[in-house]
Amino acid sequence: MRFSFTEEQLVLRDTVTAVLADWCTPGDLHELYANDAPDAGRSHPRWNALFNLGITALHIPEVDGGLGLDDRELIAISEAAGRVALPEPLSETAGVVVPILVASGAGHHALEPFLDGGGAATLGGVTFTPSGPRIASVADGHRVRTSGITQATASHHLLAVSSASGPELHLAVTADGDLTRTTSLDRTRRLGTLTWTPTDATRLATGPLAATLLDQAVNRAALYSAAELLGLCDAMITLTAVYVSERKQFGVPVGSFQAVKHHLAGARVKLEFARPAVYAAAWSLATEHPSATHDISLAKSLASDAADEAARVSLQCHGAIGYTFEHDLHLLMKRAWALSAAWGDARSHRARLLNLLQAERSVLPS
Amino acid sequence: MDLTFTPEHDAFRMEARAWLEANVPPPGALRSLDTAEGFDDHRVFERQLFDARWSVVSWPKAYGGREVGIMEWLIFEEEYYRAGGPRRVSQNGIFLLAPTMFEYATDAQLERYMAKMASGEEIWCQGWSEPDAGSDLAGIRSKATKTDGGWLLSGQKTWCSRGAFAHRCFGIFRTDPSAERHRGLTYFLIPMDAPGVTVRPIAQLDGETGFAEVFFDEVFVPDEDVLGTIGDGWKVAMATAGSERGISLRSPARYTEAADKLVDLLLATPVDEGHHLDPRSAIADEVMKAYADAQAYKLHTYMTATKVREGHTVGAEASATKIFWSETDVAIHRAALRLLGESAELEVDDGRGGTDLSEWLDGYLFALSGPIYAGTNEIQRNVVAERMLGLPRA
Repeated sequence: MRFSFTEEQLVLRDTVTAVLADWCTPGDLHELYANDAPDAGRSHPRWNALFNLGITALHIPEVDGGLGLDDRELIAISEAAGRVALPEPLSETAGVVVPILVASGAGHHALEPFLDGGGAATLGGVTFTPSGPRIASVADGHRVRTSGITQATASHHLLAVSSASGPELHLAVTADGDLTRTTSLDRTRRLGTLTWTPTDATRLATGPLAATLLDQAVNRAALYSAAELLGLCDAMITLTAVYVSERKQFGVPVGSFQAVKHHLAGARVKLEFARPAVYAAAWSLATEHPSATHDISLAKSLASDAADEAARVSLQCHGAIGYTFEHDLHLLMKRAWALSAAWGDARSHRARLLNLLQAERSVLPS
Repeated sequence: MDLTFTPEHDAFRMEARAWLEANVPPPGALRSLDTAEGFDDHRVFERQLFDARWSVVSWPKAYGGREVGIMEWLIFEEEYYRAGGPRRVSQNGIFLLAPTMFEYATDAQLERYMAKMASGEEIWCQGWSEPDAGSDLAGIRSKATKTDGGWLLSGQKTWCSRGAFAHRCFGIFRTDPSAERHRGLTYFLIPMDAPGVTVRPIAQLDGETGFAEVFFDEVFVPDEDVLGTIGDGWKVAMATAGSERGISLRSPARYTEAADKLVDLLLATPVDEGHHLDPRSAIADEVMKAYADAQAYKLHTYMTATKVREGHTVGAEASATKIFWSETDVAIHRAALRLLGESAELEVDDGRGGTDLSEWLDGYLFALSGPIYAGTNEIQRNVVAERMLGLPRA
């Protein structure tokens, strides 16, 4: 039992944090709200700066040219990406798509873009339900329409399901399909719908393997959303703590009032206790522990609730200035709202936890 | 990062489990801790624990411990609650005073008190709060004046858990009448049978005398029973307060065990009595939220234990921890009472021809004291805001 990061893991996280500080400022996000070119993300220097750190190859074995690391490293990096509301699919690429490619047995060709091709990838066409993934791709003639894709316009590749003849997992090239933007409250999520053509070249897995990988992909998406929520939570609470320490009313900083303190302390406590659950779930996933599914639902339910609370009290403690479009808070808050609901909200994950515990009790003697 | 236990840990767990399964009395066998008879029943069990060297596993062997680390202590606690072990009558001594003693006591004081504390021969109560010094502990007015060979203590302490039956008291008194607030306080170890001590038991919500008021009228305490140095009482007390709020008072096993039983209760509740098993139902979600919080507390404790083992100290985080475990405890028991519905208020057969509170109701009443004692959660939220978030003091 040693429940902490290693020095190397912390150094890696801090390296990424430093790059993010340079390349993903609130000003950059405001700019993206104001002026987001449809394919800006795919060639953005910010993505290149992150790619050059090798994060997308983190899960690829060393023998294949990757870093040979796992979720124990990536979870802290993803938390750091959440802290700045990164508008590129770092977690999706490194935490979801690449590990699924590796697990699918895809060859070097499929991994190539993530080793040195600047590849960014995301997941779509599937949603979380307490009883398992629900396929949300729709057949459109011989093509497939996949909606609800996050960071769609910033991604070169899409891990998607076609269910024409049983679930099949594909890695589609977004540029080969027709991508349309879906507008949403958090414009930096860059949601989209891709209409694409499944071919032998895009197919990764069929049958039971496809079902297993799909399950893993959704679990991974839930875990990495939870990690980003931790970062968002921390960023919102920190931003608000600084604001209420400076903002004066009645001649004193409003942060000296107990009502304000208690709002923020409550949010901080929720974050404090969500964090170990997220790290533990990363450990379970990396070590293929039998409790991984349980641990991921635990992590996502706690992180979603913590982020909802942090967003709520941060807005309240900022007063009217936090309600403005020009303030930084909404950049974080809108992402937190979206990720809190994405890949299973808190209640859906608690429902899955109950399903798991019920199944466990029905096979074990009491 | 490694969340598995070593083979040595597993062996330790199995040894504890075997002893506890053979020796923990069945539910209801011991009378209530907060009655004179029950107090003695619980001391008999403490003696058994001590004789088998399970009462204070992390302590030095000289005082009845096994000198094992914090992980082993957590494992023992998990097994203790798994086995349904009774509430620890010696807890104020072994969990609150002891860590402070190991930090501040002289060798002679350790010799005099620790083994008797560990065996349940001497039960300790806490003499901190006063009628006008609760959350504002620095407002203490009870005083100690110097006399030949010791001090004369006068004043009033209140809300002393187990004060009605305890043998000794650890308390803070003002030794410098000209000093204010946190200064001029001194920490004393006081015999409850000394002349001048008057105990007035106070009945708690359940009607039993779990705590007491204690009056001091020129009670003599020798110099050798000052803990730490004269005037340093606040600093010494804060060591105890950290233990009280941090991990040493409330091990996560207490909550994970209760939460597991709560899930069992949910699953055993017939579906036709309110559709409780529908995962969308409000009560099922409430149960699972309590379960998730108990699990979160366990994982947080493992993380804290790792930090402690690697030489870090627990500071203001202890306040966050206290808020979390006390509110989790309330949430678990409140959900159980909701599941029991109208029958929740009923007492149950105590096996001795009478009735007693059900385990859930008793647990709920006990849980409700959590957000109040050891520094109210309102005070803890101030600490979190000021010391973890850097907000300005009022």
